[in-house]
Amino acid sequence: MLKDITLGQYFPGDTIVHRLDPRTKILVVIIFIVALFLAVDWISYAVMFLITAMCIKLSSIRLKSLMKGLKPLVFIILLTGILNLFYTKEGTVLLDWWIFTVTTGGIKRAFLMVVRIMLLVCGTLLLTYTTSPLALTDGLEMLLNPLKKIKVPVHEMSMMMSMALRFIPTLIEETDKIMSAQKARGADFSTGKLTERAKALLPLLVPLFVSSFRRADELAVAMESRCYHGGEGRTRMKTLKMAPRDWLCFLFWALVLGGMIAMNVYGI
Amino acid sequence: MDAVIKVENLTHTYSVGTPFEKTAVHGVNVEFRPGELVAVIGHTGSGKSTFMQHLNGLLAPTSGTVYCEGQDIFASKEATRDVRFKVGLVFQYPEYQLFEETVYKDIAFGPKNMKLSEREIDERVREAAGFVGVGEELFERSPLELSGGQKRRIAIAGVIAMRPRVLILDEPTAGLDPGGCEGVISNILRYRRETGSTVLLVTHSMDDAARIADRLVVFHEGRIAMDGTPSEVFSRPTELTAMGLDVPQAAAIAQALRERGAKLPGSIYTLAQLKDAVTALKKGVSAGA
Repeated sequence: MLKDITLGQYFPGDTIVHRLDPRTKILVVIIFIVALFLAVDWISYAVMFLITAMCIKLSSIRLKSLMKGLKPLVFIILLTGILNLFYTKEGTVLLDWWIFTVTTGGIKRAFLMVVRIMLLVCGTLLLTYTTSPLALTDGLEMLLNPLKKIKVPVHEMSMMMSMALRFIPTLIEETDKIMSAQKARGADFSTGKLTERAKALLPLLVPLFVSSFRRADELAVAMESRCYHGGEGRTRMKTLKMAPRDWLCFLFWALVLGGMIAMNVYGI
Repeated sequence: MDAVIKVENLTHTYSVGTPFEKTAVHGVNVEFRPGELVAVIGHTGSGKSTFMQHLNGLLAPTSGTVYCEGQDIFASKEATRDVRFKVGLVFQYPEYQLFEETVYKDIAFGPKNMKLSEREIDERVREAAGFVGVGEELFERSPLELSGGQKRRIAIAGVIAMRPRVLILDEPTAGLDPGGCEGVISNILRYRRETGSTVLLVTHSMDDAARIADRLVVFHEGRIAMDGTPSEVFSRPTELTAMGLDVPQAAAIAQALRERGAKLPGSIYTLAQLKDAVTALKKGVSAGA
């Protein structure tokens, strides 16, 4: 059912990965992505793979949950693999038939590309799996704070983001409810041609829109009546604080990134 | 007479096989006869809403069977679709399901899904609108710009227009002002009187249950705890209170009077009964003096 959607789902826990400051995790994910794109040969890929595996192990996130997160991307991963397989013309030719040519270079490239995308997704999933949405938006707001100087509404943006995240489960529940109500009136969402099915969504979308606007309106009034007036002078109940483990984490990733750059430059 | 709905050993468990597994309905057996008006009462989370959604096939039982007019409603896809029209379910706050541009089209949504002819649809829309007291002048208005009470009536009409043999309403008066409540209740009574349909009413108002129902079914922790006429059920006030439920105001007043020594009969649960009993008592006292 709809409730099974895992969109930026958070698995609460108390591991070292969970305890890291959200800012650290966001920055590390960026470093991770850069390092991953710098990786060129088997050794660097193996290193990235091992590091990712270690992080997964440390976070005690089950492999099953990661697989669930990878599932929607299977098509893209396969497509990338196939395109790389047929369009790389390096090394010895293994197969040459009609417009398809498979080379040793193609196989290597396709394999590494697939691994790269999978690691990329796993790394970012690890961020959302181990960080609560609230901590994530808080961290993002703090990181983007300098942009306030050039009049970017950082606080407003992060507030909107956390509210959007907060209302996903509510909306799912509401959708379920309206769907049941329309089914009780004989609406059919699961059979028929594509155009019919798209049409059948109308009775679902209109009430959903109406109630979303109503909810947004009520929320705005509720916030204003509690004197919300934007980010200025607003303090936090939980202030973010960097711990020694955060600095250690940065040091480790700086080394990884440095290593990757060195490998690229000197071609070790 | 044969039961219009018969439920055998119905059990429903949510999220089977996950840590959130929860059995909401435990082996319920019950029958509803044609033309009955049954009030279903129970505390929040007692399983009554889950149970109700089985009756028109929105939820499939984990185990057990639901029969509508003798037919297993989960026997085939067609049977399940068929039962949606035979058993009309009005959800809580049904006004949030309105979506069409006009009131007329919204009420016509159900009959249209039944693939009826234009003429038949028109006839049913007018009939259903009549039952809930929605005048023709509203037909071309947008349902979204009407008042809460009017929206509620239109949503109920949308279900009535399918001419269901069983009408189930989940707290149809929740959140309405007293006038609106009275209006909705009298609409439902009129619909039942004129069509002879079975009506199941989920309610938290014991006074409504006492006043209009022929039979009360009390849910508690996923099971049917009591099933009987209002006088049978309301003569067990201590059990009801233990389940976190109220007794009707009239029954509470009668009980308080009894505790102060007034000799009132046992089965008082509506204001009319209370009035008669108190007047009779007073007459008796003045006649004796």
